[in-house]
Amino acid sequence: MTATLQEVPSSRLSEWLDRQIAQLLILPTVLILLGLSIFPMLISAYLALSKFSLAPGGYELRYVGFRNFRKLLFGSQQYHFLGTFGALSWFEWLLLLAAAAAVVFGFLRYLRRGRVGVVGILGRLIAASVALGLLLLLLITLNAPGFPGSLVVTLFYVLAGVAVQFALGLGLALLCAQQIRGRNFFRVVFFVPLMVTPVGIAYAFRMLADMGKGPFAPIWQLFGLAEFAWSADPWSARLVVLIGDTWQWTPFLFLILLAAIENQPREQVEAARIDGANAWQVFRDITWPAIAPVAATVVLIRLIEAFKIIDLPNILTNGGPGIATESMTLHAFIAWRTQDLGGSAAVGYMLLFVAVISCVSFFNFVVRPARRHEA
Amino acid sequence: MTAPVESSLWRRLFEPKDLQSLAPGTKVLTYAALLGWTFVVLFPLYWLLITSFKLPVQVNDGPDYLPFVDFAPSGHAWRYVFVELGNDTLRPYLNSVVIAFASTLLAVLFGAFAAYALVRIQYRVKLGLILGFLLILAAVVVATAAFGLPWQLSLAVGVALFLLLVVTLGPRLRRAVGNEDIQFWIISNRILPPVVAVLPIYIMFQQMRLLDTHAALILTYMAVNLPIAVWILRDFFAGIPIDLEESAQIDGASKLRILFTIVLPLAKPGLAATFLLVLILAWNEYLLALFLSTADAQTMPLLVAAQNATRGPQWWYMSVLIIIMIAPVVAMTVLLQRYIARGLLIGAVKG
Repeated sequence: MTATLQEVPSSRLSEWLDRQIAQLLILPTVLILLGLSIFPMLISAYLALSKFSLAPGGYELRYVGFRNFRKLLFGSQQYHFLGTFGALSWFEWLLLLAAAAAVVFGFLRYLRRGRVGVVGILGRLIAASVALGLLLLLLITLNAPGFPGSLVVTLFYVLAGVAVQFALGLGLALLCAQQIRGRNFFRVVFFVPLMVTPVGIAYAFRMLADMGKGPFAPIWQLFGLAEFAWSADPWSARLVVLIGDTWQWTPFLFLILLAAIENQPREQVEAARIDGANAWQVFRDITWPAIAPVAATVVLIRLIEAFKIIDLPNILTNGGPGIATESMTLHAFIAWRTQDLGGSAAVGYMLLFVAVISCVSFFNFVVRPARRHEA
Repeated sequence: MTAPVESSLWRRLFEPKDLQSLAPGTKVLTYAALLGWTFVVLFPLYWLLITSFKLPVQVNDGPDYLPFVDFAPSGHAWRYVFVELGNDTLRPYLNSVVIAFASTLLAVLFGAFAAYALVRIQYRVKLGLILGFLLILAAVVVATAAFGLPWQLSLAVGVALFLLLVVTLGPRLRRAVGNEDIQFWIISNRILPPVVAVLPIYIMFQQMRLLDTHAALILTYMAVNLPIAVWILRDFFAGIPIDLEESAQIDGASKLRILFTIVLPLAKPGLAATFLLVLILAWNEYLLALFLSTADAQTMPLLVAAQNATRGPQWWYMSVLIIIMIAPVVAMTVLLQRYIARGLLIGAVKG
């Protein structure tokens, strides 16, 4: 008797729960993301369009239209965001022309293949114009009198970092996938850097890179470089940031590529070996096609995270010398610290814009085709 | 004359005897490369460790490599951090522990709910309603921020308008988004740079007087890591055979009960993998803590970063702090690498 009495209210509750289960399970996630991701984004868009100033008893936001963006792209902050422009040599013009030609060629091929849609055309036009614009910006600011701003520096970290880390990760994974002893030892050790806090990595590399007192000082002395201050030279400072980033992120690519390589069809590899194929041929014809979908996906994930870099440049170099190592997130943080909330949000939105276009383009033009073969 | 000799030497070194084994030359090169990278990985950590046992004068005099040989190790930095700083070290450490564990627990819990729902329940959300919701939300924001309406009023009007929309237009709308789209939307939140969202979050917590509290960081970390949790767990749930759930359903068990008594226990390895990965992400997080905490809720990454203060970098203290911050993570990685890696693998490989 008591049991049934107790069950009545609880079963009504559980019935209600059961009916609403579909909503109840997904609702927390949707609400959290709406409240702490989508809603802040909208507010941030408004911040980017306004001027923030401290007023008696609080602060004041004044709508100023696109002035923050104009300042970044054409105005007083252009040197900081885009950089200072240099002149282009004939070779770079040629490079730019070649890139433009490649883009036009790709577009024509897309049109000729039929299956043309408005979204496809628009997406390709946006991706192509952003890519060409960024290439022009890279060339123009990396040239002698020019000096890169935070956008170009971020792109450098992303492109150079992802390329180096992918090459290293793939190389190590291929080595590790062979019939060797201690594979598990290497797998565990190589994984560690990914889990170490970037702040700690930054300080560790500052110690290591100390050319007078660091562990490699004798080597620098041998080359007469002991007095050289890497933190005062833009490119060596960027290089140190890149090395720290590579130390941290190579394990991620290594681990996933290793898993992909271990999943490749064993019989095919052995058959090819018996037929006398060399290692390069096996890689080109069997391994690479087998791991391409995973490789594309993992590069996309790395790309998404790479755009957010801040810890390493902030602690290794504090963005310096000058603004030489400042990433966009650091730029936004510095703007925020100087009470320029509007400018900070504008930099953040530019980062969002570049990151989303890059990642979506990469997904559509690299990951999708690579995965299509898989299915 | 030399050519055949060379080629036979080459062959002996680099051509394997059979398909299963490696040629000796290849083997040597492989081990050289792998051990080389092992050195690259371990040396910075080794340097941190020995620096933490050095006296300032030993650090400033130039490189000493081996404890007991090149220099006599001293525990002065450890004593300073643990005894003299004492509570100033302990507080950020506890903050980090509380914030990382609480945010991870919430993220994995809600992530598991959403991931399970996305695998087992078919959703059809009307596209028009989503657009309407976004438009109304934007209108509420604009009305409050630009025209100075009190936020209670604009929110109430917004909710009323949305309900009206649901009742009137809802049944007539055709285009709907399914599970794939919801999933994509959840994961795509990860693309948004946190610096875009953190400014309004800062203002929001300021208004709610929550700045520099545990709650602010826990909520934010949870939101940031939720997409990852959903993404990884979805694949784990998809791998669980549906038969068990179906037979439980026939026996009259409710969905919620099935979830808690059958699915979650079966997904334990997946939950563990996700938990560890998200925990480490939360433990290492820097940017959001930089914005949202100053003193009371200061986390370890901030404490470490703040060591560069007035008297110049004091590498010996800094090394101690970094070591106590990364030691648990490194230990966990070494012991549980298989589980942590599994979370990453499933997310990335299945995509």
